[in-house]
Amino acid sequence: MVSESLVDLSRLQFAATAMYHFLFVPLTLGMTWILVIMESVYVMTGKTIYKDMTRFWGKLFGINFALGVTTGITLEFQFGTNWAYYSHYVGDIFGAPLALEGMMAFFLESTFIGLFFFGWDRLSRQRHLLVTLLMAIGTNLSALWILIANGWMQNPVGAEFNYVTMRMELTDFWAVVFNPDAQAKFVHTVSAGYDTGAMFVLSISAWYLLRGRDLEFAKRSFRIAAAFGLASVASVIVLGDESGYTVGEAQQTKLAAMEAMWETEPAPAGLNLIALPNEAEMKNDFEIKIPWVMGLIGTRSISKQIPGIIEIKEKNRERIINGIQSVKLLEALRKDQSNADLKARFDVRKDDLGFGLLLKKYTADVAQATPEMIEKAVNDTVPRVSPMFWSFRLMVGFGFAMLALFGFAAWYSVQGSFASRRWLLRWALWFLPIPWMSCELGWFVAEYGRQPWTVFGVLPTHLSVSTLSVNSLYGSIAGFVGFYTILLIVEMFLMVKFVRQGPGSLGTGRYANEPAHA
Amino acid sequence: MFDYETLKIIWWLLVGVLLVGFAIMDGHDMGVGTLLPFVGKSDLERRVIINTVGPHWDGNQVWFITGGGAIFAAWPLVYATAFSGFYWAMLAVLWALFFRPVGFDYRSKINDPRWRSTWDWGLFIGGAVPPLIFGVAFGNLLQGVPFHFDDNMISYYTGTFWGLLNPFALLCGVVSTAMITFHGANYLAHRTEGDIQRRAITASTIFGLLLIVCFSLAGIWLVLGIDGYVITSAVDTGGMANPLAKTVARQAGAWLANYSREPLTILLPIIAYLGALAGILAVRSRHTLIAFVASALSLSGVIGTAGFSMYPFVMPSSSDLNSSLTVWDGVSSHLTLSIMFWATLILMPMIVIYTSWAYRVMSGKVTASYVKQNDHAAY
Repeated sequence: MVSESLVDLSRLQFAATAMYHFLFVPLTLGMTWILVIMESVYVMTGKTIYKDMTRFWGKLFGINFALGVTTGITLEFQFGTNWAYYSHYVGDIFGAPLALEGMMAFFLESTFIGLFFFGWDRLSRQRHLLVTLLMAIGTNLSALWILIANGWMQNPVGAEFNYVTMRMELTDFWAVVFNPDAQAKFVHTVSAGYDTGAMFVLSISAWYLLRGRDLEFAKRSFRIAAAFGLASVASVIVLGDESGYTVGEAQQTKLAAMEAMWETEPAPAGLNLIALPNEAEMKNDFEIKIPWVMGLIGTRSISKQIPGIIEIKEKNRERIINGIQSVKLLEALRKDQSNADLKARFDVRKDDLGFGLLLKKYTADVAQATPEMIEKAVNDTVPRVSPMFWSFRLMVGFGFAMLALFGFAAWYSVQGSFASRRWLLRWALWFLPIPWMSCELGWFVAEYGRQPWTVFGVLPTHLSVSTLSVNSLYGSIAGFVGFYTILLIVEMFLMVKFVRQGPGSLGTGRYANEPAHA
Repeated sequence: MFDYETLKIIWWLLVGVLLVGFAIMDGHDMGVGTLLPFVGKSDLERRVIINTVGPHWDGNQVWFITGGGAIFAAWPLVYATAFSGFYWAMLAVLWALFFRPVGFDYRSKINDPRWRSTWDWGLFIGGAVPPLIFGVAFGNLLQGVPFHFDDNMISYYTGTFWGLLNPFALLCGVVSTAMITFHGANYLAHRTEGDIQRRAITASTIFGLLLIVCFSLAGIWLVLGIDGYVITSAVDTGGMANPLAKTVARQAGAWLANYSREPLTILLPIIAYLGALAGILAVRSRHTLIAFVASALSLSGVIGTAGFSMYPFVMPSSSDLNSSLTVWDGVSSHLTLSIMFWATLILMPMIVIYTSWAYRVMSGKVTASYVKQNDHAAY
């Protein structure tokens, strides 16, 4: 049996490295389009200030991008180093989008980012704009492929278990690509990235305006960010991946947990605005409920029911009990691979195999599982409610607050009076960290909410790890966290330095704070 | 379209192509990184050197990322077993690579000698450590690696990190570092002039000769002292991928058997030698582009030699011979191999085309005056 601390440490390392990575990704996603917009205006109007804007915001984008690449390298290889059984068990499906991400997206993004920075004097205006556009497309394609991979973990379609190779194998590639879960995630995640890029430009421009410096530069940047931000944040909210929550069972479990819905209510269900979830008694000690809303958001209908946690657990209990038989049949079949009778009996039950494997957390021999073990495994099938409930609410609250900010910013941009409204500028400045916090909370809800599975219903997390020593994990976690933290400090230092220096850092002679020439 | 057996062979070739692509493309900027603190004597010289690869290192590094992704997609068991088994070696590669994005992008943003020198050594680590470790890894693959699978195909690596650092593997590490640095030196000679070019040519000669000597030593050692592996049971080459379905034996001289079976393949080590020699001679007569092509051929020969010697093995197990991973049984399903083959066939030429365009846009010598003129934009 796999040691619990190994599993916990592997999860901790993955969570830490992925969350560090996602400090840089959303800004990259958003900034590439903002750069495309600014440069398009430059190409269309020929006004140098838009070229300077593209170059200055591009410089900050580059500082961020470097750490995005650094922390991204880890993620391509960490499935192999720390999640070896996962890689074996689902690599036939999961590896393909990762390889395609490299070939279709990373090459495009990384080749053209070099020309974006170094090609200004060697390319015509139109060609350089094309380079910037290709860089943006590459960046967004990479998000598409990685979310197809992640979407498959939430809703594993187009694949089947093969008892000879002892793994899941691809049966329908297009089902994996057009997995509704993946598509919903993609739109939601990239929109959140655009929102992050917009907030970054909006906040820093607001700071220049508050300081009364580089006014023309800051005003034009602010307006672009306000318009782009309003569109993105609206897209994040409207196309939130709640639209995908009726699709698979993983999302139903997640939905029930993050809404603290213990009982299945008659459709359409009410939404718990605020609640105090009580895990032990499986009820809310206190709740403020808005009737109908949950059903409408979750199912886009007034007649479909949304299952509550208690009902989900009861279904899972049945599947775990069936799963015990699946595991036993598989073990027999592995020893006698050509036995047609065993194969026929296994085929009927193989959909519950993953649920049987949940018991491996408690016993090496699933056939010997006791009722207590089954009870524990049943309870494992739903993530803890309070962290889900509150993370989700915080994320949504941030989303609406940003909608308000971008709404005002866009409104007063149209009016032309934003630069004199200091309350708006201060609001924009102080909201700088909010999109990052929302993104991390969103990922927490998505990934913690999928537990106890790495691939929902197929492979439990505790089986997915590499057989490493606990000490190796302590060492590598310390290494990653230490290394990343130092790099993050260096990055923040440079970011602050160049933000303070402002567009003067381009050395064009047109702005405040021109550097002394070396 | 293709049967399973053919696709398995195609994917062995494609992984080889990706590795060679990685060595040619990311190899030359890693070689430049390795040479940076030695060939560049002043800050200005170092900036010239960095800017020869400045617009390209990131695109080149994608060969590494994509190589990882392709091995994951085509050989999931190899991806899982090798990367978890070589845990600390793999982390050392990743951590060394961490220095590159930040080294390239941050170094020249602050004008302070200690800051810049720190990143220069970071770029050296990012350039020298990965090829060294890849060479060591290959050296261990050639000897076999201690791992086994249980009934559920969970892999267990039973060796230690220090066990990887045995003399033969270290020699392979030197071969790999020498060939990458040689290749980087030729690239540097092509993109620079004056003192830097002169020093790059000297470096090319040193590392080219080191490559020839160490490649020969490793070859002799392999012939005389390293047992190869053979499959002793019948193999269903078009069958489902199950490593535990075969039996394997260790045998002296087994790694040479392929060359007598397919005599033409003796060209692989010959190309490795001729490429190295041609590279040294060409760069000394200032035919720098020819030198770059020659070192690219040479490293293709070296990688091809190592890979083909082991065929059909990819990762032999020294502790549980039957657990060895081969071209036939470490692979993905027929459908996945087929889809990924077509995707690669379509995407790879596009990548080569726009990468070539990027190099053409940035072509020409990088000079000190270029760096001075672009003080705020260049690396």
